[in-house]
Amino acid sequence: MKALLVAESRQGELLAASYEPLAFAQKLGAQSAMFLVGSRQSLPQFDGPLYFADAGAAGDYQPDLHKALLQQAIAKEQPDLVVFCHSSYGWDLAPRLAAALAAPQISEVIDIVEGGYLVPACNAKLRRTVAAKGPVTIVTLQAGAFSLSAPPAGSPQLEELSVAGADSGIRLTGYEAAEKGGVDLGKAEVIVSAGRGIGKPENLALIEALAKALHGEYGASRPVVDAGWADHSRQVGSTGQTVAPKLYVACGISGAIQHLAGMKKSDYIVAINTDKEAPIGEVADVLVVADLKQFVPALTAKLAK
Amino acid sequence: MKILVCIKQVPDLESRFKLNAAGTWYSEQDLAWRMNEYDEYAVEQAVQLKEASGGELVVLSLGPERVREALKKALAMGADRGVHLQDDASFAKDPSQIAAAIAAYAKDEQFDVVFTGLQSQDRGSAQVGVLLAAALGLNAVTTIVDFSLAGSVATVKRELEGGVKAVVEVTLPALFTCQLGLNTPRYPTLPNIMKAKKKEIAALPVSVPEGRTTTLKTAYPEKKGGGLVLEGEVGALADQLLALLKEKTAVLR
Repeated sequence: MKALLVAESRQGELLAASYEPLAFAQKLGAQSAMFLVGSRQSLPQFDGPLYFADAGAAGDYQPDLHKALLQQAIAKEQPDLVVFCHSSYGWDLAPRLAAALAAPQISEVIDIVEGGYLVPACNAKLRRTVAAKGPVTIVTLQAGAFSLSAPPAGSPQLEELSVAGADSGIRLTGYEAAEKGGVDLGKAEVIVSAGRGIGKPENLALIEALAKALHGEYGASRPVVDAGWADHSRQVGSTGQTVAPKLYVACGISGAIQHLAGMKKSDYIVAINTDKEAPIGEVADVLVVADLKQFVPALTAKLAK
Repeated sequence: MKILVCIKQVPDLESRFKLNAAGTWYSEQDLAWRMNEYDEYAVEQAVQLKEASGGELVVLSLGPERVREALKKALAMGADRGVHLQDDASFAKDPSQIAAAIAAYAKDEQFDVVFTGLQSQDRGSAQVGVLLAAALGLNAVTTIVDFSLAGSVATVKRELEGGVKAVVEVTLPALFTCQLGLNTPRYPTLPNIMKAKKKEIAALPVSVPEGRTTTLKTAYPEKKGGGLVLEGEVGALADQLLALLKEKTAVLR
């Protein structure tokens, strides 16, 4: 089994998630090569061939060009598997490659099982086992599903890819940094977060009051921020802040994968939800099955005593 | 301007899912169905673009008879006509097959802009939009959270990780996959719901190539255990939780 592992870089920096495909390949026992469009100053620590193109010439992300570079690497390496992170880079680029190669793609793999790969469905309430047929299979990995047991070591042997020729109809013209202001949830020891289950914006006050009673900050899940009920700086999850407080209280949060990715490293997790089957129960140390509109004020009142 | 928006009908995600008899997917019995949440943003963006640029807006869905309800909602939001690609076994199709079926319809229609959701809420592959664009020879931009158009050049923002956005320009024709928060999807008004009843929904058969992936089985996740479940009266629950927090954490001062 040979795997080509797609690393990621942004603005000259290798992204840490680049090692997740390496962990996947180790678990699979695959012989690995890596692929990176990035900077020579920030290469992965990896003992093996690295198909490399300089982002200065290839652009941080010009999809058609990156696809063409991957095809060059695949032609040389002849892998059985091409492994991406299920990230804004991976889920954008992987299907482009799948289309170009008429290859099967399996998205958001969380485990390797007999006969195929395990992927979540219906907000992780179900799991599918998926098999692929094709000379090369493309997979994307759920963020955080695979990690290395020891820090990676080694230095890669660079195989330079040629960036000439390919034109891209899609032009990256710049980045917009995350909105600043509000609060740095990364420093809070206690975070009480509001999810869609709060029902209406007025109920955010209940969450705020509990956060205050616990000397912490309040956070929010994506739907609450998208609805304009809370500032983006309060958003916990893969597109917001990744947090690891001593106590995380998830109120009315079902536990979408993107939210779990942002908070599951918290020391102690309490979930308050009317749905006993909610996926948040998978990571919670305690699941309180209750209506948050009654339970949260009751808890806040007892804390005040 | 000719615009296509592709939507999927999915179960309410709060549902308790039961497995089908073959153990390959969920059973469709006793589920409430709705438009895929990401697709609501796609429909809204398509309607806004039509309102600004004129032209025709077509909404398409693939699946069994029930998906016509989702099409009707999109028509009531402002789409001009619907296309129902009839497939009672759409759940068994893989993304390459779904994209091929849509492409077979769309290839002769010369759409300037196609919107889809970033992914479906039930299957979540995030592949169909990009595969469709490839089949139609269109540029594709995924995960958009902002869209504007000047002439034939669209400027969009792609949502990356950690709140960072990439600003991207692309020349039409192009396909965009829509992320949550792109806009505020409108609720259909009663007059528009009435008007939508008169709009055409064409029913077309589909034939697709062989799939590239197979679902061997679907199952419930294994319970990790360890997590405590507390149920009962609210006051007693609060006392129980406080006792646990005192015992297990160092945050109560």
